[in-house]
Amino acid sequence: MEKFEKSQEEYEDFGSEPQSRIIVVPGEVVFSGEDFLPGEGARREGNDIVASRYGLAEKIGRVVKIIPFSGAFIPRRNNVVIGRVSDIVHSGWIVDIDYASNGFLPLMESPRFVNKGEMDQFLAIGDVVAAKIWSVSPKSIDLAMKGKGLGKLEGGFIFRVNPSRVPRIIGREGSMINLIKENTGCNITIGQNGWIWVKGNDLDSELRARKSIEFIAEKVLVSGLTEKMEGWFTKNK
Amino acid sequence: MVFKRLDGRKLDEMRPITAKVGIIPNADGSAMFTFGKTVAIAAVYGPRMLHPQHMQSPQQAILRVNYDLLSFSVSDRKRPGPSRRSQEISKVTEWSLSPALDLKEFPNTVIDVQIYILQADASTRVAGINAASMALAQAGIPMRNLVCSVAIGKMDKELVVDVDKDEEDFEEGEGATDIPLAKLANTDHYTLLQLDGKIQPSLIPKALLLADKACVQIYEIQKKALKEVVTE
Repeated sequence: MEKFEKSQEEYEDFGSEPQSRIIVVPGEVVFSGEDFLPGEGARREGNDIVASRYGLAEKIGRVVKIIPFSGAFIPRRNNVVIGRVSDIVHSGWIVDIDYASNGFLPLMESPRFVNKGEMDQFLAIGDVVAAKIWSVSPKSIDLAMKGKGLGKLEGGFIFRVNPSRVPRIIGREGSMINLIKENTGCNITIGQNGWIWVKGNDLDSELRARKSIEFIAEKVLVSGLTEKMEGWFTKNK
Repeated sequence: MVFKRLDGRKLDEMRPITAKVGIIPNADGSAMFTFGKTVAIAAVYGPRMLHPQHMQSPQQAILRVNYDLLSFSVSDRKRPGPSRRSQEISKVTEWSLSPALDLKEFPNTVIDVQIYILQADASTRVAGINAASMALAQAGIPMRNLVCSVAIGKMDKELVVDVDKDEEDFEEGEGATDIPLAKLANTDHYTLLQLDGKIQPSLIPKALLLADKACVQIYEIQKKALKEVVTE
């Protein structure tokens, strides 16, 4: 009974201040009582809502979900990913997208006509591409490359952050990434798989963009990050 | 006469424990766990692509554990590389961790767990399991619960918690017995129970009770370490 009352208190906290979330480890009871429903990363065990993953527990309405701190990239339709061409086969390119299975980019996706014998003229092994996930099936992950910002990436450099940090780096409706772009003048493409491509006018601004992104990736629990980043940019001129 | 442990600990007292999460930047999850002078580190990679392909399972991810006692971890240099002993411990560690994991979410993949013992003073496999369980949580793998693990010993006629090397080599009276065990935290689900030596059947429930108490403490330390790493 005591436990239930405590969870009611936490419940009130959640309502008054949306930023306050609690850190949970797998197997930890997040809430007790029939009032709650388990969402992503949580499950019901008897009367309790139990976390299945390590992360922040967040309550939206009656649903309790866990926002994980880390974890592998899980491909979903319409995700933009950055990958490296690892093989050329008869009907397209095999792209390593940092997942347990490779992506497949069909020949049809190239923006201009490519002769089957000369596919490496357009994309050679080792080239880096930004692509969108067209479909995910147990057999394969099909990629598409028609769209704004997609295609072969030339110049600049790529680096990796934890895929679970990608939403924070992009920010609400792209607010964070736009802030970085404005402050560094760099062209940045973020893949949902955690690969990030940066290209700017000079190496200094590119490295500054990279540092700022890595700074965000480190700060897991900080709220009001966009304001903090504005401060970061004035400090690290 | 009251039985005295060689290092003056109480019968149900563990050596000082430290736990730290996120010690290996390149791993998806990593942790260190120590029991006194025993130091274990664990790194988790994956879920990632599994080769050779015939090892893949279309139903679930494969858990692959590698336990290694490093050559400088003991006073007489240990010949590096896998041994009969390390292969066996890798396998039992795998079995003690897999019931805690939800492997069905990642078919056709592998989750690699590397456990290295930097300093060995007995109870190395249980220190390794504790470290690996924290590392798996940090890697974001869906889990039923954390795994807590401790070794219960019997010296002559007395049950003791957390065996060290001197106690393992105890030879007076009935000699020494070592019972490494692991369980899912806050449950009665045991995932590892080994026995090296002799013990009266009537003492086994008492040993489990001692382990239960120790595991509660270990769980709190693991939980604290996982929460500390993000709030610092």
